[in-house]
Amino acid sequence: MLSFIARRCATGLLMLVALSLLIFVLLRLAPGDPIDAYINPSVPMSASDLETLRDRLGLDQPLPLQYFGWLRAALSGDFGYSIQRSGVRVLPLVMERIGPTALLMGMGLAIAIVVGIAAGIYSAVRRNAWPDIAMSVLSFIGISSPAFLTALLGLYFFSVLLRWAPSGGMQTAGAPFSISDVLAHLILPACLLSIGHAALIMRYMRASLLEVLNQDYVRTARAKGVREFWVIIKHATRNALLPVITLIGSTVGIAIGGAIFLESVFNWPGMGLLLVNAVGTRDYPVIMGATLVIGICVILVNILTDVAYAFVDPRIQVA
Amino acid sequence: MEAPILQIAGLRAVFRIAGRDIAAVQDIDLEIGSGETVALVGESGSGKSVTSLSIMGLLAKKIGHIADGRISIRRRDGSVTELTGLDAEQLRRVRGNDIGMVFQEPMTSLNPVYTIGEQIAEPIRIHLGKSHREAAAEAVRLLTQVGIPDPARRAKQYPHELSGGMRQRATIAMALACNPTLLIADEPTTALDVTIQAQILDLLADLQAERGMGILFVTHNLGVVAEIADRVAVMYAGRIVETGPVSEVFARPRHPYTIGLMRSVPRLGQATALKAAGTPLPTIAGNVPSLAMLPKGCSFAPRCPMAIDACRAAVPPLFQVSQTQASRCIRWEEL
Ligand SMILES: Nc1ncnc2c1ncn2[C@@H]1O[C@H](COP(=O)(O)OP(=O)(O)O)[C@@H](O)[C@H]1O
Ligand SMILES: [Mg+2]
Repeated sequence: MLSFIARRCATGLLMLVALSLLIFVLLRLAPGDPIDAYINPSVPMSASDLETLRDRLGLDQPLPLQYFGWLRAALSGDFGYSIQRSGVRVLPLVMERIGPTALLMGMGLAIAIVVGIAAGIYSAVRRNAWPDIAMSVLSFIGISSPAFLTALLGLYFFSVLLRWAPSGGMQTAGAPFSISDVLAHLILPACLLSIGHAALIMRYMRASLLEVLNQDYVRTARAKGVREFWVIIKHATRNALLPVITLIGSTVGIAIGGAIFLESVFNWPGMGLLLVNAVGTRDYPVIMGATLVIGICVILVNILTDVAYAFVDPRIQVA
Repeated sequence: MEAPILQIAGLRAVFRIAGRDIAAVQDIDLEIGSGETVALVGESGSGKSVTSLSIMGLLAKKIGHIADGRISIRRRDGSVTELTGLDAEQLRRVRGNDIGMVFQEPMTSLNPVYTIGEQIAEPIRIHLGKSHREAAAEAVRLLTQVGIPDPARRAKQYPHELSGGMRQRATIAMALACNPTLLIADEPTTALDVTIQAQILDLLADLQAERGMGILFVTHNLGVVAEIADRVAVMYAGRIVETGPVSEVFARPRHPYTIGLMRSVPRLGQATALKAAGTPLPTIAGNVPSLAMLPKGCSFAPRCPMAIDACRAAVPPLFQVSQTQASRCIRWEEL
């Protein structure tokens, strides 16, 4: 298992190198002198200071060497300064946004996974009964309705019309911090984020469980006198989860797109909002920094998915 | 006299196909005493698996059910229970407890994501109320009994790490975990090669000698019947057409179907000789009739070399040929 995780981390590292290369090339393709990104505009610099910085950053060197210089700076946490907000370093700017985004995505995906798997199991066990058919229709709608539509409709119905939830932000302005306040702000965007994923997970879970329920080992479990509940949960579901885990892993990348959108609709102070604002103002260093951090997170999640898969399926270690 | 381990009377199991109930097996009478092995033989589709699943109460829900007849077993505590009168929960407590079952495919009948030890320990925990630790220790002991070397290590392994023969030994250990009075083995050796098959048959015979359970052994292989069974019931199109002690039935079959079946079994070595000579193995001409359109009268009549008009008039009853042998052929006296 350990060597499996090590192998998986090694490929993750390779992907990270590829990603950093891509980001670097994009940074260099951006208009303007790259040194601008590293200058704190609020502090005036002399021409000789500029030369020293250029020298330190190696901006007069050939591109490959520059890449390694940039990589070294990035590795030591130096992503330069935000162009838009003078004097603000990119790294802390990005770091303080990770928490809110992780909270929103984590909650959204948790809801999607729990609801999707539970509904999928129920649908498979009661296939063709009316709740199954109703859920199939609902999941079809959930999968096929575009995220911006559900986000805006959800915002309109639950915040504006019904006033069940606040319409934006992460906390009530001026109020002291409280967990329940954050949760109240979190629940609506998280639910809206989860809709499409819950629907997709449910379809997969249903199909996968229906297939597993026909397997010989499920009959064997019944022949042993295992209670029907445990036949479904212990013997069938664990096997049926395998393809669903893969789906959930690849869902995370897609969920980031949804989160970026929802953050700007709900004014949620996360990476998405930061990124959307940075794109709007062409704040390249922030775009690059945020993209790299998001990339690292996606790669980490993929490694976790593979480890989870190996944990559920003992056969994986042989392959 | 001690009650038999298994007693089936007038069993009829039906499947609902296109809105119509179609009998997959009917008029099944069968008895198995303790320490006795009864073989159920017949071509594929003759209703052997449906009979064994009926005993287990495992016919596919919604499509299949027992329409008629009684099935009762003698349990470990000596009490006789009528399975056909039990509700689902009571029946679950009998399954894996008083009746163990071994299936045909050792490759697919074990759960790939649990260890062998866990799968054997499970019924021990469920039915005998043992703790995880006790059940795990018992699982290792069972693996020893079914002849698996290095059982403590094997118990921690997953099914894919074992060979086919080893897996079938493990499923036998699983079926016998709660010391059942009846073991149902549905073609347990069909998927295995000949040497492994012989080993498994020996193992079953040894385990039966130790524990004295009754065995219902389902097979389509008459060679296997001769090897393991005391009595045999030959099935055709959902009915038992001949039954009796293996020695008597093999010495003098009293149903044309049994005769045909025996003729199509090559003696050892004969099959290869025939193949080398390019002659096909003798088979019974014609096909097994569809259950939905059974012919009137004897189901075997369309394929039977001895069929006369009387055969097509009514389904023949089981004629008592001797004290112990019976045949469902009106011309049994001429055979
Ligand atoms: N799940 C099912 N649905 C419908 N018909 C079935 C089902 N299982 C078995 N049957 C019918 O019952 C007959 C007997 O099948 P089976 O007992 O499996 O035969 P075998 O003697 O090969 O074990 C088959 O011909 C088939 O038509
Ligand atoms: Mg069968």
